[in-house]
Amino acid sequence: MTRFFALIAGDPQADRAVPPTGFTARLTLFSAGAMAFLAVFAMALSMATGRLADRWADELARTSTLRISAPADQANAQLLAAVEVLQTTPGVAAARPLTPDEQRALLAPWFGPDLPIEDLQIPQLIEIIEEDGGYDAAGLRARLQAEVPAAILDDHTRWRDPLVLAANRLRNLGWMAMFLIGGATAAMITLAAQAALSANAQVIRVMRLVGARDVYIAGAFVRRFTLRALTGAAAGTVAGMSAIWLLPTTDAAGGFLTGLGFQGWQWAWPLIIPFLAAAVAFFATRAAALRTLKEQS
Amino acid sequence: MIELDNVAYSYGGAELFSQVSLSLTAGSFHFLTGPSGAGKTTLLKLCYGALLATAGQVRLFGDDAATMDRDAVAMSRRRIGVVHQDCQFLDHLSVADNIALPLTVSGRDSEAASNLTDLIGWVGLRGQAAQLPPELSGGERQRAALARAVIMSPDVIIADEPTGNVDWDMSQRLLTLLIELNRMGKTVIIATHDMNLIRAAKSQVTTRVLRLKDRRLMQAGVEL
Repeated sequence: MTRFFALIAGDPQADRAVPPTGFTARLTLFSAGAMAFLAVFAMALSMATGRLADRWADELARTSTLRISAPADQANAQLLAAVEVLQTTPGVAAARPLTPDEQRALLAPWFGPDLPIEDLQIPQLIEIIEEDGGYDAAGLRARLQAEVPAAILDDHTRWRDPLVLAANRLRNLGWMAMFLIGGATAAMITLAAQAALSANAQVIRVMRLVGARDVYIAGAFVRRFTLRALTGAAAGTVAGMSAIWLLPTTDAAGGFLTGLGFQGWQWAWPLIIPFLAAAVAFFATRAAALRTLKEQS
Repeated sequence: MIELDNVAYSYGGAELFSQVSLSLTAGSFHFLTGPSGAGKTTLLKLCYGALLATAGQVRLFGDDAATMDRDAVAMSRRRIGVVHQDCQFLDHLSVADNIALPLTVSGRDSEAASNLTDLIGWVGLRGQAAQLPPELSGGERQRAALARAVIMSPDVIIADEPTGNVDWDMSQRLLTLLIELNRMGKTVIIATHDMNLIRAAKSQVTTRVLRLKDRRLMQAGVEL
């Protein structure tokens, strides 16, 4: 921590010894700003997909649906039989037939809100809530086939797993994008630092002549590039967070895109980006400076 | 202080000099002469660790230069003041800041204020302290370079053609400053073509004149 504050406070004399190199300063500021802006979006993407994956996994993993498609005169009997089977099945915490209103709500996106559901021959749905350990789906299917032949069990596995997998992959892609952004930032800052070191070859020669150690010479460059990266990344982060803030908010009909962003404490996460950028700049410049100074000796 | 033992230096496969032995003892005053291209500057660079000998051994304050790490070389440079013919200043810093640079890089900045004022006065640059190096005349630049070389109170002062770009009066003035330093106990070695300068020095101080010629270092002849 002391070294960090010493770095920020710097050595004004050492800083003055190395003249500012205009284009490397602008390159570092711009690249750090642009990368931080992109990093905010990558982080938002990762967190949004993470939330999505968690929600899908959580909401769907412990529920199943039983669908009963029976003739009208047998519907009630089959429903009662199915509920009885479910209530006596180990691993089933609760089984509840959906009310006509709930079924109407499910169909509303396709048929509108005023669907006369009572007049239609549509299957009766039963929501099954599982216990933590779940139930034996194959055993339940066998029992239902024997006792409620009109019942079809849908345990959501078929479409839940690919959705959760896709969401998790998107989340990983978001983190991978963050790492790539960090790598690209390091590469650009390394190039800028090397250009600055080359442009200041005469300054380095003179400083060596009067007894400057490599760490002292490198320190002047490291501090300058670290502060530039911190400043550029802070501006980029503020711009990125503002852009995310201005995105449309999530609503009941919101899809994935309107959910892109941060929620609650997650808004604190992007604030680490400028410090990460500064750390990347610190290590990239230090490595480049010490390597170049060694080559120049 | 600085010892060269049977040293050779080759560049690009061609031998510049060999079998060079030299001992710069405390308080001694040396001149190094020889034709252009004989290797005077290279020999001086070996003396302050800017180059490594291709054969033989160079010892800087008792340490073998070939095995010293980069930090150790930097530390030894703080005990050696170097004056170049082209001075080698940081042109964006004032003359005063350039003179104080050795103190700055060694973290002894607080000493700069008191030492610097005296030193700038000693080399006669009070009026030019705030100027930038490109604004100085040749003689003023050489005096500023000398001030920078001695601000750390080094044990050894190495001057490479310090009077190459100045008139005779200024050469005399620089020589007087170097002789003053030698009388304070500093070891001085000056590479020069200027025989008049050597003669002027011999009348004031005990000197040893070395000549680098035909790839060998030898004691200069009686013509001096």
